[in-house]
Amino acid sequence: MTKNSNKILTYIFLVFMTIVFAFPFYFLIVSATNTSVDVTSGRMLPGAAILDNWKALAERTDLLRAFKNSSIVAVGQTTLALLVGSMAGYGFEIYRTKTTDFIFNFLLSSMMIPFAAIIIPLFQLFGLISNVAPGIGINSYASAFLPYISTAFLIFFFRQNTKMFSRELLEAGRIDGLSEFGLFIRIYLPTMKNTFAAAAIITFMNSWNNYLWPLITLLTPDKQTVPLLLSNLGSSYAPDYGMMMLAILISMVPTLIIFFVLQKYFVAGMLGSVK
Amino acid sequence: MMHMSNTKRTKVMGMLFIAIPTLLILLFYFYPMLRSFLLSLQSGMGVNLSWVGFANYRRLLADPVFKQAFSNTLIFLIFQVPIMVVLAMFFAVLLNQKTLKLRGLFRTIVYLPSVTSLVAYSLVFKYLFSNSGIINQFLMSLSIIDSPILWLSDPVLSKIVIIIAITWRWTGYNMIFFLSALQNVDPGIYEAADIDGANSVQQFFKITAPLLKPVILFTSVTSTIGTLQLFDETMNITQGGPGNATLTVSQYIYDLSFKYTPDFGYASAVSFVIAVVIIVLSALQMKVGNRND
Repeated sequence: MTKNSNKILTYIFLVFMTIVFAFPFYFLIVSATNTSVDVTSGRMLPGAAILDNWKALAERTDLLRAFKNSSIVAVGQTTLALLVGSMAGYGFEIYRTKTTDFIFNFLLSSMMIPFAAIIIPLFQLFGLISNVAPGIGINSYASAFLPYISTAFLIFFFRQNTKMFSRELLEAGRIDGLSEFGLFIRIYLPTMKNTFAAAAIITFMNSWNNYLWPLITLLTPDKQTVPLLLSNLGSSYAPDYGMMMLAILISMVPTLIIFFVLQKYFVAGMLGSVK
Repeated sequence: MMHMSNTKRTKVMGMLFIAIPTLLILLFYFYPMLRSFLLSLQSGMGVNLSWVGFANYRRLLADPVFKQAFSNTLIFLIFQVPIMVVLAMFFAVLLNQKTLKLRGLFRTIVYLPSVTSLVAYSLVFKYLFSNSGIINQFLMSLSIIDSPILWLSDPVLSKIVIIIAITWRWTGYNMIFFLSALQNVDPGIYEAADIDGANSVQQFFKITAPLLKPVILFTSVTSTIGTLQLFDETMNITQGGPGNATLTVSQYIYDLSFKYTPDFGYASAVSFVIAVVIIVLSALQMKVGNRND
């Protein structure tokens, strides 16, 4: 009897909490289909204003451009971060010496540095870079992702996964006459597809959602990423709530798709940080 | 398992593979950290800086805004981290039961908030708790309150909103760590406890909680570090207001450097203090983590 009542209590608790956790999503989706007046008067049923909201969004904001900017930054960041991170993880594990182990531990300690503590010197650094190479200086796409292409987290993640990589494959490749870089590209990369997928998801999501650093380095509206555009919309004095909610909803679509399609890699990527 | 072949090839190739990643981390993390410390010993507006020793740190100790930002940040973490870690553990234990129906659905919904961007979810919460927001409408329709609660213009309530928001966003994320740890627990232990007549509460405190200790530590420390760097939420929900009631240290650094007349020297001193706190916490975590391995 107590076992059954326990079960019932568990379900009641879970259903209640699920409603609490799902509610902001429900509110967001419903509000995206309602007019601003309906949203502020507390309408909680789907409405018919989604097209009007979309029109307002298209007229008053440049969400499409923000999507393009975010995509450029996220794809650039993901590509380079995977290349750099995998090279390092592979190098530290396969060509391991006492010296490289020392360097690895030193790099790992950079994980402790809080980003807010280095924004000023980074801003100044990119200011200097602007003088010699404006293409990757302040207000360039590259400036939004360059600080993140070599991270201790990804290096650690790739190294942990490389521990499970079979070295016999490398020996076989050497006998076949592949160079050391050839081994990395022709044998290591294809074998480690799952690791790359997990790393790509984590990096892409981090980049897509990044706010503080792009806020500092991307100064002009034409370079604005999605979070910057949303934040601007959100701080206006008389916001159009329906339009605003639609913008937020659309901004979540890429990460939600990634989550639902690649759930398996997703969790693997997250747990890679505690292995 | 260590392949310490000291051939020349190993040494040269190793260096080739790790050179670029290492240089990039030096350039984008260690050099700025060092530079931040040097800047904290200088003062002046914009680019006209002069060396002032530890004057910025003395100013910091007497700065009421810094004190407020620091205490706000501490309040967030003292309340938010324990609530969230306990909730995450509780969800994980409930959602680990194999006989539970709709287990996958419950898990997905609790986890889903952690897929959303910090700016996007912050704005949703800003509207949920605005004066004419749905939370007020709901409470009024149930006649719990007569007039809207001014959530975001009250120094205490605005902190509560921030804590609710962060808990919503990060509980599912932390739950995953607990769930994966629970999957490594041998179910036989619980069967034996059942035979010994231990009820589920006793089983939780005698078996599950001790086993989860490393995860509790991991999630608590990472959440503490995260909360110490809180920026996106307060910036987008309250802008640090009302007054400075939700101003965080990170936002204060941002304001000092990019919103007011840039005072990089002083802002760097603030940065350096928060960096030291976080480095000490992380070092602690690594030490305890290593002991558990």
